[in-house]
Amino acid sequence: MLRLTRPAKVAFGVIVAIVLVFMYTPLFLVIINSFNVAPIANWPISGFTLDWWVRAFQNEALWAAVRNSVIVAAGAMVIALVLGTLAAFALQRYDFFGKSTVNLLIVLPIALPGVVTGVAFSNSFNNVLEPIGIQVGYFGMIIAHATFCIVMVFNNVFARLRRMNPSMQEASMDLGASLWQTFRLVTFPQFRTAFVAGGLLAFALSFDEIVVTIFTAPAGVDTLPLWMFNQMARPNEATQVNVIATVLILLSFIPVYVSQRLSRAEEDER
Amino acid sequence: MTATSTPAPPLPAPRPVRASKPVSTMLYRHRWMRLVGLLSLPLTWLVGLYIVSLALLLVTAFWYIDSFTSKVIPGFTLDNFILVFSEPAYINTSLRTLGIALAVTLLSALFAVPLGIFMAKLASPWVRAVLAVAITLPLWAGYLVKILAMRITFTEEGLFNWLMTPFGISGPGFSIPTVVLTLTYLWFPYMALPVYTAIRQIPVNLFDASADLGARGFTTIRTVVLPLLWPALIAGSVFTFSLSLGDYIVARFVGGANAQMIGSIIASNINLNPPVAAAFSVIPIAFVVIYLLVTRRTGALERM
Repeated sequence: MLRLTRPAKVAFGVIVAIVLVFMYTPLFLVIINSFNVAPIANWPISGFTLDWWVRAFQNEALWAAVRNSVIVAAGAMVIALVLGTLAAFALQRYDFFGKSTVNLLIVLPIALPGVVTGVAFSNSFNNVLEPIGIQVGYFGMIIAHATFCIVMVFNNVFARLRRMNPSMQEASMDLGASLWQTFRLVTFPQFRTAFVAGGLLAFALSFDEIVVTIFTAPAGVDTLPLWMFNQMARPNEATQVNVIATVLILLSFIPVYVSQRLSRAEEDER
Repeated sequence: MTATSTPAPPLPAPRPVRASKPVSTMLYRHRWMRLVGLLSLPLTWLVGLYIVSLALLLVTAFWYIDSFTSKVIPGFTLDNFILVFSEPAYINTSLRTLGIALAVTLLSALFAVPLGIFMAKLASPWVRAVLAVAITLPLWAGYLVKILAMRITFTEEGLFNWLMTPFGISGPGFSIPTVVLTLTYLWFPYMALPVYTAIRQIPVNLFDASADLGARGFTTIRTVVLPLLWPALIAGSVFTFSLSLGDYIVARFVGGANAQMIGSIIASNINLNPPVAAAFSVIPIAFVVIYLLVTRRTGALERM
């Protein structure tokens, strides 16, 4: 065991406490400010009101933004699940020339700054495809989001495939199962949790994305982050944003809970 | 007796063996077909949509703007790059961005190591589980939510200034230090989690051996733990560095007037002067690709 003196242990504890305070105080301030009478954030808050909550829930534009975000994230997730799984199988099961380049290609859309990705896509959509008569419109967003979501599925499935035993599939094929039957009945159940986890991450990544969205969203279409962004740009009206932010903070318990369950299910499977 | 004389009925001509599962059999026999089948869709998407888009953007960097019609004219000029690397305001912005990204990485590492050591080696299993959840939770809370949260904390009338008033100090307000803090706030978990995992994976007997050989706690941390942490620190720094480098939303919301970053310039030029925006986007691409290549040589990325 690591042996530390008592003061050293206390010092470590203090650092951990500082990290936690630094992480959670701002989030609590958001929650409290969603009940603040004053339209501009302040501390201590001027008074308690539920007004912003009522207004946010009656805000049609806000609900439309939520719908858009769900549609885009779902579309991006489905594409990323297909492409990410295919790529994971190719890179895990085969050795070929240019393998590390393909790997880099998958990581690149998330590694490069969102502003570069966004500007590159908007340039292609507006200056290349539009002049030749192709209007990507709404799909532009989904295409761009799917591109940087692939890596999430890829990483999860790839890591799981590495731990899987390929002789199971060989046995299945020796017993006369077709490739598809083997995949459906033998291979897929073995990486299902990683597949779901990757999909969940892809959905969350897309749902939260703002920079690429700024450049690829068609005029007049807001996703939830885009709506928040526009509200935050007008600080004197940024009151309903606190309500939405509070809801998002509370919603973040769901993926944490699910991932705990998934990792437990994973341990059971092993 | 008659049996010998009776000629045996002619055997049916052997039918060609037909595979019962032609597609599966064919794919099984031809490795390259499987590989092509697996790779064609992802590669078509990534190269055909993404790489082509990036290339088209980078090509624009060599084009120029017609000064009368302010239309983009295809051609070949290096003026945009010369402008990016000679205009003092642009150079300052690039250096500022680089400095901010490095500061965020350093600050994250500085807090991630003690946090990881505490979680992996000092905390009870229950505290460890709670801390693991506590660190991952803000990861899901949303990018803009966290920026908003930091803005509320550091605003003129905010909590930070309220806490500091008795000491006669006024907080950083919206400035570069706030940008560094906010970016650290956003990306810290990406550093903390790999570091924590790496510390957990260090075999216990290394600590025992170190202690048996007379090393005290901090000597063990310095000579045993830290050298083993390099891959994790590098893996974490890929996130903290490149995510900070490309960001401009944070600078916009908590940076005040003088915190422009590379992304700010790309974003504000993309409609006015696309060639300059394209030339500018070469800088973060170069930084990130070099960083990825350097870190790949250390083998840190394989362990992520």
